[in-house]
Amino acid sequence: MTSFFQSLGLPFEGAWLLSTIIGILVIALPLMLAVAMIIYADRKIWAAMALRRGPNVVGPFGLLQSFADGLKVFLQETIIPSASNRVLFLIAPIITFTVALMAWAVIPFQVGVVLADINVGLLYILAISSLGVYGVILAGWASNSKYPFFSAIRASAQMISYEVSIGFVLISVVLWAGSFNLSEIVASQKGYYGFLNGNGFNPLLFPMSIVFLISSMAETARAPFDLTEAESELVAGYQTEYSSMAFALYWLGEYANVILMCALNAILFWGGYLPPFDWAPLYWVPGIIWLFAKILFFFFVFSWVKATVPRYRYDQLMRLGWKIFLPLSLAFVVIVSGFLMLTRYGAGA
Amino acid sequence: MIHVLAFYLFAAFVVASGALTIFARNPVHSVLWLILAFFNAAGLMLMLGAEFIAMLLVIVYVGAVAVLFLFVVMMLDIDFAELRAGFVEYLPFGVLIGLILLAEIVFGAAAWKAGPLQLANRAAPIGHEAPNIEQIGTLLYTRYIFLFEAAGLVLLVALIGAIVLTHRTRGGVRGQNIDKQNRRRPQDAVRNINQPTGQGVEL
Repeated sequence: MTSFFQSLGLPFEGAWLLSTIIGILVIALPLMLAVAMIIYADRKIWAAMALRRGPNVVGPFGLLQSFADGLKVFLQETIIPSASNRVLFLIAPIITFTVALMAWAVIPFQVGVVLADINVGLLYILAISSLGVYGVILAGWASNSKYPFFSAIRASAQMISYEVSIGFVLISVVLWAGSFNLSEIVASQKGYYGFLNGNGFNPLLFPMSIVFLISSMAETARAPFDLTEAESELVAGYQTEYSSMAFALYWLGEYANVILMCALNAILFWGGYLPPFDWAPLYWVPGIIWLFAKILFFFFVFSWVKATVPRYRYDQLMRLGWKIFLPLSLAFVVIVSGFLMLTRYGAGA
Repeated sequence: MIHVLAFYLFAAFVVASGALTIFARNPVHSVLWLILAFFNAAGLMLMLGAEFIAMLLVIVYVGAVAVLFLFVVMMLDIDFAELRAGFVEYLPFGVLIGLILLAEIVFGAAAWKAGPLQLANRAAPIGHEAPNIEQIGTLLYTRYIFLFEAAGLVLLVALIGAIVLTHRTRGGVRGQNIDKQNRRRPQDAVRNINQPTGQGVEL
């Protein structure tokens, strides 16, 4: 796109800036729409599993429910507690929301369709997701209220714990693919004869895909790991003091993060935008549809788990992260690198 | 143009947030300014073409170290009057450290001005042919392998030392035996009885 604007007579830098801004909008606006629809999907799936009907009044099949909710919170008054730290109280939801959008910059939607095709894409995602915790901590602290603060402490401990095992899972995938670049990781999953050779089909990486799926639920604080907003213990957790748009920003950011994690599951282990078989009818479907289908599948798994699994106790959560996932993923990093030393040593380097 | 603009933006933010880290009255605000400084320093490194170091700076310092800082500072019960009481007492020492740092900066700048270091003696060649990660990895695992492993050992010792220093077994804590909990079945805990009226339940 940069070259298109250059051909219109803009200098390179202006063209680059303009095309990047357009790229950001092209990703962020549909993402917001996707978040609205995925909230609706979440509620529908959840309702179906509880033998309820779910949202069904606003629009056909209740499709417009999320937009009605959005309009409602938009028209509400933003209440700022007088004892709170005003500036940080307002910055916190903005951080959560912005960070949730930022990570999408490196997600490849199709061959070559990615906003920032950087060499350290996976590290970038790890860095951005480690920023997400600040929105929660700041909200808890700035609210100057006890339950949000407990929630913030829980959230930071939980996210840090699971980031460790996520890091090791990513390392084993990176070792296998030989690159930190997400597009190259997807490309490395092309198998022979047009079959998809996803990392998830690899016996050495399949356990890692399960660890990653569960860790991504914990990282996004989804049920059954939603200890940060366990309503029976902490009212609404760090969001307790928030109302109106500030609350909505948390809501949107949370679901944008969930979709991101689903996309990462699809990209790292199940071939991202690659079709399952690279044959005639499947080949015609554009890659972005395959990516969406995979994202939606993982989102269904997320909702399914949310609807059926009871919430973890906090000590169980910590035990799972530190005593099970951490040694497991560490062991698999050693196993994967050992296997690669046996089979590929001297081939690439 | 964009490069220059971005450099001055990042640099100005690093300096400003570094200063505000010191001048902020609230320690939590100090940590937040420090985080902003880290973040902008990462931006500067990106502009140097050191994308790996930049990402690691964000992941390690912003994502882990600063979170723990923030964690500790938020839970500290700080008495500001007490904090300022020792100000005059520690002032000479603080001034001394400040002077040493200033001298080092001046020396560093002077050495930089005096002439470029010999390129062959530079530790890390920065080229654009291979990605950062490969170049750093090649250097670390070939030329500096022993130093690298020694650093790893030092970290291991520090890790074990921290655990030994902070680990103390407390009495009177009822630990959770997860295996025992998982082995428990409904029939161990629930008993169905057909209770006749007018009689107490035998537990």
